[in-house]
Amino acid sequence: MTDVLPRADISAVRKLSAEEQAARLKSRYRADRRFKFYGLGAIGLALAMLLLLLGSIVLQGYSAFWQTHIKLPIEFSAELIAPDGKRDRDALAEGDYQGLVRAALQAKFPDVSGRQELRALTGLLSQGGADRLREMVLDDPSLIGAKREVWLPASDDIDMLHKGSISASSGQDERRVKDNELGWFDALTKEGRVESQFNTRFLTGGDSREPELAGVWGAIVGSFLTLIITMLLAFPIGVAAAIYLEEFAPKNRWTDLIEVNINNLAAVPSIVFGLLGLAMFLGTFGLPRSTPVVGGLTLALMTLPIIIIASRAALKAVPPSIREAARGLGASPMQVVFHHVLPLAMPGVLTGSILGMAHALGETAPLLMIGMVAFIVDIPGGPLSSATVLPVQIFIWADSPERAFVEKTSAAIMVLLAFLILMNLAAVWLRRRFERRW
Amino acid sequence: MQISTAALATLAALSFAGAAQAQSRDQISIAGSSTVFPFSTAVAEQFGKTGKFKTPKVESIGTGGGIKEFCKGVGIQFTDIANASRRIKKEEVADCNKNGVTDIVEVKIGFDGIVVAQSKSGPAMELSKEILWKALAKQVPVNGKMAENPYKTWNEVDPSLPKTKIEVLGPPPTSGTRDAYVELVMEEGCKGFAEVKAITDAKAHKIACTQMREDGAFIEAGENDNLMVQKLNANKDAVAIFGFSFLDQNADRIRGINVGGIAPTFENIASGKYSVSRSMFFYVKKAHVAVVPGLKEFITAFTDEKAWGKNGYLLDKGLIPLPDAERKKVGDEARALTGLNLGS
Repeated sequence: MTDVLPRADISAVRKLSAEEQAARLKSRYRADRRFKFYGLGAIGLALAMLLLLLGSIVLQGYSAFWQTHIKLPIEFSAELIAPDGKRDRDALAEGDYQGLVRAALQAKFPDVSGRQELRALTGLLSQGGADRLREMVLDDPSLIGAKREVWLPASDDIDMLHKGSISASSGQDERRVKDNELGWFDALTKEGRVESQFNTRFLTGGDSREPELAGVWGAIVGSFLTLIITMLLAFPIGVAAAIYLEEFAPKNRWTDLIEVNINNLAAVPSIVFGLLGLAMFLGTFGLPRSTPVVGGLTLALMTLPIIIIASRAALKAVPPSIREAARGLGASPMQVVFHHVLPLAMPGVLTGSILGMAHALGETAPLLMIGMVAFIVDIPGGPLSSATVLPVQIFIWADSPERAFVEKTSAAIMVLLAFLILMNLAAVWLRRRFERRW
Repeated sequence: MQISTAALATLAALSFAGAAQAQSRDQISIAGSSTVFPFSTAVAEQFGKTGKFKTPKVESIGTGGGIKEFCKGVGIQFTDIANASRRIKKEEVADCNKNGVTDIVEVKIGFDGIVVAQSKSGPAMELSKEILWKALAKQVPVNGKMAENPYKTWNEVDPSLPKTKIEVLGPPPTSGTRDAYVELVMEEGCKGFAEVKAITDAKAHKIACTQMREDGAFIEAGENDNLMVQKLNANKDAVAIFGFSFLDQNADRIRGINVGGIAPTFENIASGKYSVSRSMFFYVKKAHVAVVPGLKEFITAFTDEKAWGKNGYLLDKGLIPLPDAERKKVGDEARALTGLNLGS
């Protein structure tokens, strides 16, 4: 930049005529505009890709938030629920609720006979129907003996048929819903007994092998518990390490070595942290497999370097004049850091930490080694109960053969994206709220 | 540094809590093959619904990984059951024994067919193990000598086949499906060629039989079978190799190709007529039966006719059941916790 042009050249420039100057200026403006256009093009292309990705996910996944239900007149017959006349909870819980569903369907289609046919008929409805009826009776035992119209979830194949993913026009051998099932379903539709309802179960339930019963809540809770552990460990340790390295540590070969290592660790593939977690937390410490504690510890190791690097950059950005002024007023080194430097660096530290957390939220590879890539039905009760996380849930569903899991996969991706967007918005908000300029 | 001291204290507290928790466990821990995963999880869910025991935890970490975890030792920090899409190997049993895992109960649960499928709109094909080997092996006999596979289209391999590009999607080497495919198709298919038989060195012979071509005709499509189904839809000339349950679920879009004149149907796989199928197993640590509540009941639930029988719910998940007599025998032995016998 500071090169001094030879005088001869400068005089040469001065000799340019007015037209030539105007032409040069024009070409410079043109280059300017071209560059702006390239930039816009790049952004446009990136936006188009993003829209394509989001569009395909939303188009494929939005239907998972609705679930086909079938209304049936259920007779809560005492013989099937509690044949021995007992009315305590345990006895009621063991009733044959699937039998209630079967009886209602048989009453609706009295000419269906034969084992295979009956099996197909009860197959219209999800096994979750029986659970629903059990809950109803447990909540209100006075239902026994009564007759109610109840909305019950349809099976995944029927749900796919109703949503149009299975076409009724193809040959019978080629589709999962056979002609007789189609006939029954059409008859129920004509009676107005079929309806799409909001799939609350998807947002409140745990995982299931039946697509119509599968939900993401278990994975959300697992992700939450895991991230809490990660944050509790990685944030204080990361910030403390950054403060020491940036403000207190002497600059010598050892701190250089540490710095190189931290930068290196930030680039290590995440599966390596999984192996470390397996050897250390499961092997040496004997922590239980598949739990958020181990997941959180492993992800904390992974996010630590990211947080340290971001925090050091934020601390470095605080102008030295602040430190000098504080020292000039008699503050101790620790007071300088905690009263003046750290509060000013906090927005940057928080942004870096939240982005590190968002990174951890999307990880599956390290969790494979420590047993969190697992089928877990129960909603985890705490950091020591078995759990899985959202990205793992997506991975498991994407690998399941049932067609209905395709839309569930996309819907779970939408839920994960929503959380990532929330975290990133929080980072932006924190920065806006606390940012200072000098 | 008060904050980090607190964090360290938390860590210490957590590891103590973990150690305390490890003293007892009320949840069955299962890990292993991703092929057995759909069946194991279905039984686990039904088992949990009875309400007497917690729903078992099922991990999908591959057959090898599952057996490795299983063989690490006896104690509640180790898994109780290993799922496997092949039989446990002698070396693995030896490894188990070394770590004190001596009493192992083997339960064979059924078959999984490996199918070769194509898009419904693709040209009709009839394949055999020989054709598959000739189309996919790295080195094949050309004019009486072994040479790099020269075939680009199917009709070059066999005149009865259409003139379309050879493009086969298949599982990567890390997958159990790949192992089974190599064993059941490639190693069988190469037997029909005199030039391969002429290779006397056992190692070279095995390589000639099992090595897949790497010039782009065989495409390793990752472990996700749903993705392969989608790719078949997009490319009508392509052929893919995957598990039967994915064919079963997508019969409106793709069709199974006959291998050696036998169609990959449920009946043919169950009767053994369609030979490209493998057995699936799970292994139970006997020493854990008395310690982990519900383990014995889980075996009973899995070997119940309602689950793995001819009309059981596992059939809806794509399981191909054992023949009646074998199922009864395996079930009885499993419930009686009969120990593993790999033979001599």
